[in-house]
Amino acid sequence: MTAYNGYVTDETIEGADDGPLADKTVAVKDNISTEGVRTTCGSAMLSDYVPPYDATVVERLKDAGATIPGKTNMDEFGMGTTTETSAYGPVENPVAEGRVPGGSSGGSAAVVAAGDADLALGSDTGGSIRCPAAFCGVVGIKPTYGLVSRYGLVAYANSLEQIGPIAPSVEDAAELLDVIAGPDEHDATTQEAPESDGSYAAAADGDIDGLSIGVPTELLDGADEEVVETFWDAMDDLEAQGASYHEVDLPSVEHAVEAYYVIAMSEASSNLARFDGVRYGQSGGYDGNWNESFANAREEGFGEEVKRRILLGTYALSAGYHDKYYKKAQDARAWVKQDFDEALEDADVLASPTMPVPPMKRGESLDDPLTMYLADANTTPVNLANLPAISVPAGETGDGLPVGLQLVGPAFGERDIIRAGSALA
Amino acid sequence: MSDPAVDPEEVRHVADLARVDLADDEIERFTEQFGDILDAFEALDDVPETEREADLSNVMRPDETRESLSQEDALRNASDTEEGQFKGPKVS
Repeated sequence: MTAYNGYVTDETIEGADDGPLADKTVAVKDNISTEGVRTTCGSAMLSDYVPPYDATVVERLKDAGATIPGKTNMDEFGMGTTTETSAYGPVENPVAEGRVPGGSSGGSAAVVAAGDADLALGSDTGGSIRCPAAFCGVVGIKPTYGLVSRYGLVAYANSLEQIGPIAPSVEDAAELLDVIAGPDEHDATTQEAPESDGSYAAAADGDIDGLSIGVPTELLDGADEEVVETFWDAMDDLEAQGASYHEVDLPSVEHAVEAYYVIAMSEASSNLARFDGVRYGQSGGYDGNWNESFANAREEGFGEEVKRRILLGTYALSAGYHDKYYKKAQDARAWVKQDFDEALEDADVLASPTMPVPPMKRGESLDDPLTMYLADANTTPVNLANLPAISVPAGETGDGLPVGLQLVGPAFGERDIIRAGSALA
Repeated sequence: MSDPAVDPEEVRHVADLARVDLADDEIERFTEQFGDILDAFEALDDVPETEREADLSNVMRPDETRESLSQEDALRNASDTEEGQFKGPKVS
């Protein structure tokens, strides 16, 4: 166990004797299934759930020789930006005392930042890899939708989420991506990436001479002043290494975070219906009316943020509100996608601060869900557009709080963002 | 904003649809929070109708039997089973 509560379960899973990760430990977020090792999703509902099979990414880690040192703590079912909604207690930021590690993959970022694991896997539905990477001063990659198999990932919002690597450096993250990427017959949404030269790790060569970077002005508006300063310092660094940048307009992203939450909550309300205490989860031992038994089991098994999202998603999909919320959110999603595609015609990558704020103080977000949601303004558009993005350390605020820089690339353009990011970390 | 904030009855109704029993203090808190959150979602009213590109195709495989989880494994995480099936709460 760690002083900052990074792991839910610290049972070791040994991989093959040989392989590209034979000398590495790779911590795995606790919503990724591990055969025979309990997988809680940070929820009391699944406190005794032991998956009967491995997620495809876990199989690939074992085949690559990795040792899994444990299952990392997370916001319950991935629902949170601070890793404070876990039923197993909040995670502390190991590099910024008194601050949250970001979420929802806060345990994965924390164990890497603290040096307790070489690498980690997280999952990113609306920023859940990039946010904690930024807040803990490490690197995180959210792959293109369809690059990495979700088989064995316990679904929160399946049209948005991807599993991806968290690591101390861009090259290390890219090496882990090389192991987990690629089509899987168990996940029909995976695709073969268009042919490209060399591994992802080989793209981490730091060569950004001639790189064209677009900066969406909307993602700087309203951001914390020190975060913006740190961002521009990092951009100057990239310019000094041969990159150029220009401002771009993405009017659609002003609506992205709202669209994201409507879609994610709607999908969550459907995905989490399976946790009824009969097929999975804690039953509570209630008898009588089935619906009442389920409702009692779910009241006991789910935490407040999960209930909030299930209810809001149910509301957004209910008769009379579907067109107003869900349909409009899908329009916004298509609009965001168009905007990004257009901006990426005139730029190799797009850059912004990963998070508009430095790591929050512990405890301050729990009573104000809307403010917590709005902190995802810069990360959620990328999930709506199905694009790849990386968060790399950009520097620190005056108080020594980590700031992350996000680079977004075209679909299956992982090598572009890895190359650009490797010029900084 | 065009819609009135949600009232406790609406929260209770949605909780019922979602099969989540809520305590009274949760209903109270959610009613207030949902008002703020749904107000923020009103911003979606300004989004233009946008054509959605369908650049994806279905993935098919031959319909052949193949290995899968055993019935025993599939039931292993249920709180109660009987004769190879999930066992639900007793209906009184």
